[in-house]
Amino acid sequence: MPMTITEKILAAHCGKKEIAPGELINAKLDLVLANDITAPISIKEFRAAGAKKVFDPDRIALIPDHFAPNKDIASAEQCNLLRQFSREHNLSLYFEVGRMGVEHALLPEQGLVVPGDVVIGADSHTCTYGGLGAFSTGVGSTDVAAAMITGEAWFKVPESMKFIYKGKLGKWVSGKDIILRTIGDIGVDGALYRAMEFTGEAIKKLTMAGRLTICNMAIEAGGKNGIIEPDEITERYVATRARRKYKFYKSDKKANYVDVREYDLSAMEPQIACPHLPENVKPVSQLAAINIDQSVVGSCTNGRIEDMREAAKVIKGHKVHPYVRMIVIPATQAIYKQCIKEGLVDIFIDAGAAFSTPTCGPCLGGHMGILASGERAISTTNRNFVGRMGHPKSEVYLSNPAIAAASAVLGRIGRPEELK
Amino acid sequence: MKFKGKAWKFGADVDTDAIIPARYLNTSDPKELASHCMEDSTNPDFMKKMKPGDVIVAEKNFGCGSSREHAPIAIKTAGISCVVAKSFARIFYRNCFNMGLPIFESPEAVDNIKEGDEIEVDADAGVIRILPSGREFKVAPVPAFMQELIAAGGLMAYTKKKAGLA
Repeated sequence: MPMTITEKILAAHCGKKEIAPGELINAKLDLVLANDITAPISIKEFRAAGAKKVFDPDRIALIPDHFAPNKDIASAEQCNLLRQFSREHNLSLYFEVGRMGVEHALLPEQGLVVPGDVVIGADSHTCTYGGLGAFSTGVGSTDVAAAMITGEAWFKVPESMKFIYKGKLGKWVSGKDIILRTIGDIGVDGALYRAMEFTGEAIKKLTMAGRLTICNMAIEAGGKNGIIEPDEITERYVATRARRKYKFYKSDKKANYVDVREYDLSAMEPQIACPHLPENVKPVSQLAAINIDQSVVGSCTNGRIEDMREAAKVIKGHKVHPYVRMIVIPATQAIYKQCIKEGLVDIFIDAGAAFSTPTCGPCLGGHMGILASGERAISTTNRNFVGRMGHPKSEVYLSNPAIAAASAVLGRIGRPEELK
Repeated sequence: MKFKGKAWKFGADVDTDAIIPARYLNTSDPKELASHCMEDSTNPDFMKKMKPGDVIVAEKNFGCGSSREHAPIAIKTAGISCVVAKSFARIFYRNCFNMGLPIFESPEAVDNIKEGDEIEVDADAGVIRILPSGREFKVAPVPAFMQELIAAGGLMAYTKKKAGLA
């Protein structure tokens, strides 16, 4: 029976030759992840179950990235719970402030998730690792608690949707625009319970950063996972990083898809998701009258070095608009250092932007850039729900890093071409 | 099991930030979370108005967005007996079965229930009744494995048994 890449990876992790959508399986996990918001509940559940040992101290990643560096006393207590649990169980993948980064940028960068893996994380953006050709999906804290004991999780094998992208991307158009365009097309539940397989010539030419961005936002269409077939670009990315053996899976030519969609991207403008849902997508040229108070470049969606370079290229030699706060947050310490090395930090600071230590920070309205009532931000993050970045009467527009940087200079939503 | 209460209606795509805003996620204390339940939704005073036993009735894709289990915890601890929706977001759906918040899918019921209606959800019979009129609507059947989870008392009780901890 022909199978998709998602089906093949899941089959290999439950000891079966073949599996089909709808089937219920128990899969072995290569990595289990939680953060400072979700791990506290997992740890309480783990202890309440009377568990004494984790299934493998080298396969549980606890990353305090959301409200860390600790934003208040309550957050400090939550981070401390992760720290104490990690010491108690000798977890090798606990990342302290100073070494930590935004989880979904950090784990691929450090080679801790690899192609062919099955990974669950108590964070909805765990689907990011599909960019490497892994099956990864977000779950709740209780699922992680159970997985920390057993090293397994149950899944219903998802149906797959295939997205085929054709055409060459224009200047300042990136992976973010591809996924926003797709979510705008199918809606925030357009891929509910399904695997989203991203294919086509535009994907084959895309950098690993762009691929991770696309898979990162599969959840914004309701998807169970996003996935891209690994190729030479994947090989180049993982060859020097992988800390475990990896395996490339590919979909069979005759694999079954419940839906196949084609997009021609050759004339596509940068895309913007307007408040208050990621599906409210418009091309940037339709939004030139929207003033902004804040511009955020960062997060698990767009906090990688390629994103920093893109934003820096746009803002170099310009000044952030007097009425705008621009906040740039590299997603990991390695990216931070690379930004220093390449002179990007100078560019941002000379432009009048703030440059921060890695954190999820403002993306989920935690800290480091909360919006007041009536304020508006353009942001390279992944969600624009009511109150997402602060006051329930604030607004978030989602964009790629080049548009966020250009808008910071213009004081309104706009394109790099408009900068003088 | 039967759940009876007043219906509180919500629209489509109610996200987990509306159910429990992230600014309150510096704690996992259920009571604290419940006190902010639905605060950023279309009904920000929900907690002042709702009574224990009441039912949330929503359009499609309820609970979309974040994986935070704080969302079903807030709803359950607030005293909401169950949630009826046209459909649920995947992680929210999974979380509810894992931690024990009863949820039911019935597009027809959602279309017919009005805010403030007294409704009864009969989980065993798979029926939702609007009490003033007595009209009945079928609930989508719960998958077999989910029934097994509920019978075991949630995922942790199920896991304890499997891992020999019980």
